[in-house]
Amino acid sequence: MATVSEHPEKAAAYIADRSRSRWHDGALWFVRSKRDRMAHSLPEWERLRSTASQIKAHTIANLPEILQQFEANAKARGVHVHWAADAQEHNEIVLEIIRKQNATRVVKSKSMLTEECHLNPHLEVNGIEVIDTDLGERIVQMRGERPSHIVLPAIHIKKEEVGETFAKYLGTEPGASDPQYLTEAARQHLRSKFLEAEVGITGVNFAIAETGGFVVCTNEGNADLGASLPRVHIACMGIEKLIPRLVDLSVFVRLLARSATGQPITTYTSHFHGPRPGCELHIVLVDNGRSRIRDSDEFRSALGCIRCGACMNTCPVFRRSGGHSYDAVVPGPIGSVLSPAADTKQHRSLPYACSLCGSCTDVCPVKIPLHHQLLTWRQQIASQGLLPVSKTAAMRAGSMLFQHPRIYALAGALGRRALRWLPKSWIYNRANPWGLDRDLPEPPVESFRSWWQTNRQGTSVDEGMKSKEAKNGK
Amino acid sequence: MGSKARDSRQAILDRLRSREVTPVELPAIFGDDSISQVAIGFDDPPTQFAGTVEAVGGLCLQVGSMQEALNKLEQDEVYRDAARRCSLVGDEIPGNVNLQEIEDPHDLSSLDFLIARAEFGVAENGAMWITDRDIRHRASLFITQHLALVVSRHSIISNMHQAYERIGQPETPFGVFIAGPSKTADIEQSLVLGAHGCRTLTVFLVDEPA
Repeated sequence: MATVSEHPEKAAAYIADRSRSRWHDGALWFVRSKRDRMAHSLPEWERLRSTASQIKAHTIANLPEILQQFEANAKARGVHVHWAADAQEHNEIVLEIIRKQNATRVVKSKSMLTEECHLNPHLEVNGIEVIDTDLGERIVQMRGERPSHIVLPAIHIKKEEVGETFAKYLGTEPGASDPQYLTEAARQHLRSKFLEAEVGITGVNFAIAETGGFVVCTNEGNADLGASLPRVHIACMGIEKLIPRLVDLSVFVRLLARSATGQPITTYTSHFHGPRPGCELHIVLVDNGRSRIRDSDEFRSALGCIRCGACMNTCPVFRRSGGHSYDAVVPGPIGSVLSPAADTKQHRSLPYACSLCGSCTDVCPVKIPLHHQLLTWRQQIASQGLLPVSKTAAMRAGSMLFQHPRIYALAGALGRRALRWLPKSWIYNRANPWGLDRDLPEPPVESFRSWWQTNRQGTSVDEGMKSKEAKNGK
Repeated sequence: MGSKARDSRQAILDRLRSREVTPVELPAIFGDDSISQVAIGFDDPPTQFAGTVEAVGGLCLQVGSMQEALNKLEQDEVYRDAARRCSLVGDEIPGNVNLQEIEDPHDLSSLDFLIARAEFGVAENGAMWITDRDIRHRASLFITQHLALVVSRHSIISNMHQAYERIGQPETPFGVFIAGPSKTADIEQSLVLGAHGCRTLTVFLVDEPA
């Protein structure tokens, strides 16, 4: 089992570099603003969201039937359909297809599923070269990192750093940082990889039960080159990627790019309904824990996620702490819901990487109640006894305090004096992790209780509030 | 893999069936309302389309005929400099690469200019629908350095709902919406045109029957 990863510790390093944290925040806020402009430009936006949400809820409820319908229609179109219960089986299926071709060179476009299954390392140890062809993913791959965002994998990296990486691996001018120049170098490099590859792997944005086809959306055209040059195309998808009808695409295609990057549509929206003549098309349907999430009334709707990343772009915690602080394949609000479902203990801190501001829920194009689900996770994590002692001890102390008015009054009196007179080092130390990033407020001279006794004695609380409101002119 | 894969298929389906989930009705896209009542529409879809094509990084030229399109092309430096040109729009515009004579799409790696026809365009996002019905190698659409698409101004519709209504059921194995040239913003969110696919996209909005 993987070690427990704590978000605050991982985030601390990123936040320590204040200018980088601010830069990251600004870059994502820019994307979020573009999303807002696009959402506001369509009067039917809310109608689209609720329709999308219902279509996904219907799909998830009827998943076994819809999967079988998809399989039958895909097979009728000459597609090979594979089923994988977990990540390992997925990786074995993909490797076997590649081996049957005697192939060693693979190009892969973005797929969070293959990331989740750790496909690249599996293929690499078996002697297969896998080149990520999305520019952001290629940059991250060369640097030996993981993507920090599901739509913008290299959003955490500055152009000067990309320049250094390309100088090292692609022989570009040392010190060059012009995005146009660097992109051109990557274009030349990746073209040679596209032409050499024997197999192309892509993800799937939407698979259509009614037609047995699927759709892949990119701006760069990398999935399209990877699927149209090599003889063999393998498409890997989670079982939740299905939609029932082709017309449903109209709803999702309109929502996806607008929510993701603020574009009206991605440059390429490719519909695959069968192999090219003389070629092979494989689809791998992967469960890997999805059916378990479907069992849960609380978290089921998270399977409707279309991986647009809007919740990350708007999240105040993600924007400042960077995607790597989540130590999960899918970071941000949706990742903080999905990751604990896969391994609650390992990801127990993620539902707390959230201010419950609700912005993620507001922007989600399929109306997943993300911040409610994060709150639910907190309750489940506490009831499973997975909270760190620092939190449980504080909660117990708080509970005791609020149940005993005399102790509460005494603690208040002590606190008011202590905060004023104690040296800072006594208040802000390791016993008070809360105080690491926050200043305690200036304590009032008297307590509310004593103020009440002096000014409002004899009146009930209700009357007192009324007279206060009248004074404030409410 | 064979029997194990079959086992996994059954295991996944059994697992899904073991849990009854409250049924949710599959909605009509806009309930009882028609698409034109709910979804955005435009008084002049071709004009809106032309504007959107430019907004997503393409160049949109409104022409009366294919001859006029050719005249415009011949004024274009990119087209004049293109050594290997492929035309899929008929004899009005000549090319020197014949897709039908090419066996392996890898041989298209030096293609400089492709001009093809799109079935229709969508005003809300500047996307055009192209299938592999008349395109022997779908790779040609993506591997070419520069792409020009011809679309009838009478084929322009307002939104994606109308688009999928029009597509009906896919008859060919491949169809793609293309909106603008290939692009990326993966380096510090700076928009760069020409990532892996075409560097430029020229759209000829031609005044001929759809």
